[in-house]
Amino acid sequence: VTKCGLLRHRQAGGGAAAGGAYWVDSQQKRYVPVGGDHVIGIVTATAGGAFKVDVGGSEQASLSYLAFEGATKRNRPNVQVGDLIYGQFLVANKDMEPEMVCIDSSGRSSGMGIIGQDGFLFKVSLGLIRKLLAPKCEIIQELSQLYPFELVLGMNGRIWVKAKTVQQTLIIVNILEACEHMSAEQRRQALAKLSGN
Amino acid sequence: MKATPLSNCERRFLLRAIEERKRLDGRQCYDYRNVRISFGADRGCCIVELGKTRVLAQVSCELVPPKPNRPTEGILFFNLELSPMAAPGFEPGRQPELLVKLNRLIERCLRNSKCIDTESLCVVAGEKVWQIRLDLHLLNHDGNIIDAASIAGIVALCHFRRPDVSVQGEEVTVYTPEERDPVPLSIHHMPICVSFAFFQQGTYLLVDPSEREERVMDGLLVIAMNKHREICTIQSSGGIMLVKDQVLRCSKITAVKVAEITELIQKALENDQKVRKEGGKFGFAESIPNQKITAFKMESAAVDTNNVEEQAEEIITNADPPSEVFAKPILHTAGTAQIGEGIENSWGDLEESEREEAAEEEGESEVTVFECQKMETEDTSTVRETKKDEPIVLSDSEEEEVVILEPEELPKKTRTQTNSKQENTSKKAFPKRRKKKRAAH
Repeated sequence: VTKCGLLRHRQAGGGAAAGGAYWVDSQQKRYVPVGGDHVIGIVTATAGGAFKVDVGGSEQASLSYLAFEGATKRNRPNVQVGDLIYGQFLVANKDMEPEMVCIDSSGRSSGMGIIGQDGFLFKVSLGLIRKLLAPKCEIIQELSQLYPFELVLGMNGRIWVKAKTVQQTLIIVNILEACEHMSAEQRRQALAKLSGN
Repeated sequence: MKATPLSNCERRFLLRAIEERKRLDGRQCYDYRNVRISFGADRGCCIVELGKTRVLAQVSCELVPPKPNRPTEGILFFNLELSPMAAPGFEPGRQPELLVKLNRLIERCLRNSKCIDTESLCVVAGEKVWQIRLDLHLLNHDGNIIDAASIAGIVALCHFRRPDVSVQGEEVTVYTPEERDPVPLSIHHMPICVSFAFFQQGTYLLVDPSEREERVMDGLLVIAMNKHREICTIQSSGGIMLVKDQVLRCSKITAVKVAEITELIQKALENDQKVRKEGGKFGFAESIPNQKITAFKMESAAVDTNNVEEQAEEIITNADPPSEVFAKPILHTAGTAQIGEGIENSWGDLEESEREEAAEEEGESEVTVFECQKMETEDTSTVRETKKDEPIVLSDSEEEEVVILEPEELPKKTRTQTNSKQENTSKKAFPKRRKKKRAAH
């Protein structure tokens, strides 16, 4: 598979990464499961000790009942079909269906698990997600000046937003979707109009 | 591929938003999305875009023996196909229910309404008649396939020209397009379908549902009407109980919508005719903008940003976007260039040409694309004259008279009044946005 995109480079950080890194920053909308990614999935079925979760890839991921914090054989997590789950891939390669867990290596949930009932889920391109996940992302900082909101970003292109009212949630959804196409200046203008009323 | 399932959270949010009369893309309850009609180089080929839903229509004709029980009538054949590129859930061989339903609706709308004169398609009674075949392909599914398909179908039929035929005694001569100009089909009227989606057991109504809204709807009412206010087909599916008043109101809304869409279709057909006559360039290469692989494009949409806490209303537009714009191409090393330059962003040039366009009605432009924007069809200057009394036309809102299902007069009035205030206060935004919309296409 060949991909096109910008060639990026990171200098050898002080003590962090061993040497610099080069990578190709490609852009696409279709997600391919990669091990270690944190994604938002939709539960589609409960079958035999594991949930079947749709993550936007070619196969549905399986999520075991026990892969939640504090879950035991007697204490099952309260997950219905159609719920949203934020978890990470344990195993994801092209030979088998991916496996998801909502628990990290030390047994703590660290933010993963079932996502709350309200709020709205929508899809954007993968490049925008990576931009939003970068440390000190301007978009998120500027948005947080507007209204308080909760945000979950899945590497599979899915974003979950929750703000106080439906109106505010819709505004944030539309701004995030438009961020793909707006330059920084246009975004600042749009946000200025919003907050200036 | 399996279609992405709808999560409970989305369903709940959509229903809540509908209860508060908010739609995802900022439309009002009775607003249509932008309708864009573009013609191909062949006669009878057109693409209709209703928001992001795209349908391609192609009409072709053939001389065949007629049906034995109708020896003096031509044959009409309609076919709608759901292409797998339209949605992940569509597969060839799958989706039979939806496909059958849509095909039946198109047939009833176009055939049973007798909009095409089949007697005129007869060449030699009992031996040779014209068979007109309409193929509709769904290219992208973003809700409301039936409306887009019916518009595409009728536009393609109006656009199509069949070869001229002369009969002298026993001899039948079919002229090629070079010998004699092809002849248009004889079309009596233009039936157009309008869809209404019902939610919460018929309490809430939305016109032109998008794909998300279709997933959570309870039932769907489709009314096919022509501009003479004659109902050609009416179908209610989903098993909801509809009161007589609701159906009557829907038909009134349909009349308004159909009038607007028919006007748009006429303008588009006239424009294409003019371009062809003048020998200008026509066809998809001209009308569908050059989209590079990495170019993302989004239409500007009015997002109502009522700040509930402050009770202040304002309209904001998500900027009409060119894709990632780089100041200049960047060469990293010899042989490695940067891909991803978007569509040219010459707002200045395009704004001027737009003003000329608006004034002369596309005298200069060779683009045969029209958008169903009420604001855009008027001159920019007349927009500012909206009176406070008239129900306000946000740029996406298309109706003059808003007919609502529930007799809530008061909220509607306050909405229009406050909207008119914001219309007056945020005038700067409008022309800018309109021009941007034009520029993007």
